Amino acid sequence: MMSEPLLFIENLHKSFGKLEVLKGVDLTMNASDVVSIIGSSGSGKTTMLRCVNLLEEFHEGRILIDGEEIGYTLKNGKRQRLPKAQIARHRALTGMVFQTFNLFPHLTALKNVTLGLIKVRKMKKDEAAEVARHWLSRVGLLDRQDHYPGQLSGGQQQRVAIARAIAMNPKLMLFDEVTSALDPELVNEVLNVIKDLASDGMTMLIVTHEMRFAFDVSTKVIFMNEGRIGEQGPPAELFNNPKSKRLAEFIQNSTF
Amino acid sequence: MDYRLNFDAVWRSFDLLLSGLALGLGLAIVSIFIGSLIGLIAAFAMLSKNKLWRGIAVAYVTAIRNTPILVLIFFTFFALPQLGVRLGKIESFVFTLTIYSGAYLTEVFRGGLIAIPPGLREAGLAVGLTEWGAQRWVIIPVMIRNVLPALSNNFISLFKDTSLAAAIAVPELTFYARQINVNSFRVIESWTVASLMYVFACYIIAAGLRLVERKLAIP
Ligand SMILES: Nc1ncnc2c1ncn2[C@@H]1O[C@H](COP(=O)(O)OP(=O)(O)O)[C@@H](O)[C@H]1O
Ligand SMILES: [Mg+2]
Repeated sequence: MMSEPLLFIENLHKSFGKLEVLKGVDLTMNASDVVSIIGSSGSGKTTMLRCVNLLEEFHEGRILIDGEEIGYTLKNGKRQRLPKAQIARHRALTGMVFQTFNLFPHLTALKNVTLGLIKVRKMKKDEAAEVARHWLSRVGLLDRQDHYPGQLSGGQQQRVAIARAIAMNPKLMLFDEVTSALDPELVNEVLNVIKDLASDGMTMLIVTHEMRFAFDVSTKVIFMNEGRIGEQGPPAELFNNPKSKRLAEFIQNSTF
Repeated sequence: MDYRLNFDAVWRSFDLLLSGLALGLGLAIVSIFIGSLIGLIAAFAMLSKNKLWRGIAVAYVTAIRNTPILVLIFFTFFALPQLGVRLGKIESFVFTLTIYSGAYLTEVFRGGLIAIPPGLREAGLAVGLTEWGAQRWVIIPVMIRNVLPALSNNFISLFKDTSLAAAIAVPELTFYARQINVNSFRVIESWTVASLMYVFACYIIAAGLRLVERKLAIP
């Protein structure tokens, strides 16, 4: 029996004004896949993740999560964005981790994680705290649960952000260059957390400039080039035998 | 010049001065609370994409900030009744002070909202909060903490502005000081004591608000 793909993107188009940023992207992911997106700055990687998380509107194409189309519906043959409450529900199918952490600065690490559990998942406080402690402990920060973001290092903040996203029990985790804003010595603690989640079978779509990490963790790597998927394949194939000149150049100019 | 200081008349009426001080504080507290609500709504209106909302908010803030507060007080107390809106003097003054503080707080909150990085709203949305939820649980609490010092200053100004209520015979501190002055001719004594009471009260309030600010500050 064929199961539904966990993420199905078909012919995704997105423009900012006259600038077309995504020019028809197709992507299929199955449960437990870890897909890394590489590519030069401005190629549309962030925009693609933000479309999947419905933080951006898109003009054409469909995105399905677990068989359910998200964000838009057809009404009398016309494509229409869903009402806000539905958008919020669809958005919660995915968990997003940002380059700049974006922790809630007025809340402790624990409360950063429990906010969504209480306000969105409608959990009781105690139950939410228990879930939050479980995930803070998974990212190695249980002893920092009462610290505010301003009292944590960049790497610690990003690990809290990961805990905050994954505690919501999303079907798919989205990572957008989550180590780019970190001092080099803090990068690995974050990457190790992501690897740990991968070994758990979490489905993840990861934009990254860490080539070594992409090579190690991915089931598939995608090379984005000027708003299109330039090339895709298993990491070994893509990194060792790039077919296009663009990818070969990109890999050559990247550090491993 | 042979003026002998004699505070007897002032001390005899000191309880009146105290009750006037308390009333002034009460007026300021009520006004800043309701004014904050108005200011918050107007700040969101100013930042909204809707031209009508924006227009209303800008008109409100511009009109109020460019009118002397004493004129606003007289307008509400003398002119509004002619238009059929009859308020008691205390209600009339609270109404004016609320509208007045709302206009200034609109600017404070608008600045606070602009200063919040957009990523914070998106992080709220990303955990599944609705647009309103992200505002309610993330943006507004962070913004309020950030503008707390400005709020404190506004409150102290507002408290001092309550002395203008004497102009429409609201029995607050300035009103009683003048009453004592007129009845006893103790000019220097009554105004000295009234001034010192304002200074003392403002000092205590400021110290209290600093404590609150420190307690609520984002670490
Ligand atoms: N909000 C926006 N408004 C206008 N242009 C944007 C916006 N966001 C991104 N872009 C443009 O879209 C292109 C792709 O951006 P992005 O998806 O961030 O690329 P990447 O993440 O691959 O570096 C860039 O040219 C960028 O300038
Ligand atoms: Mg990017």
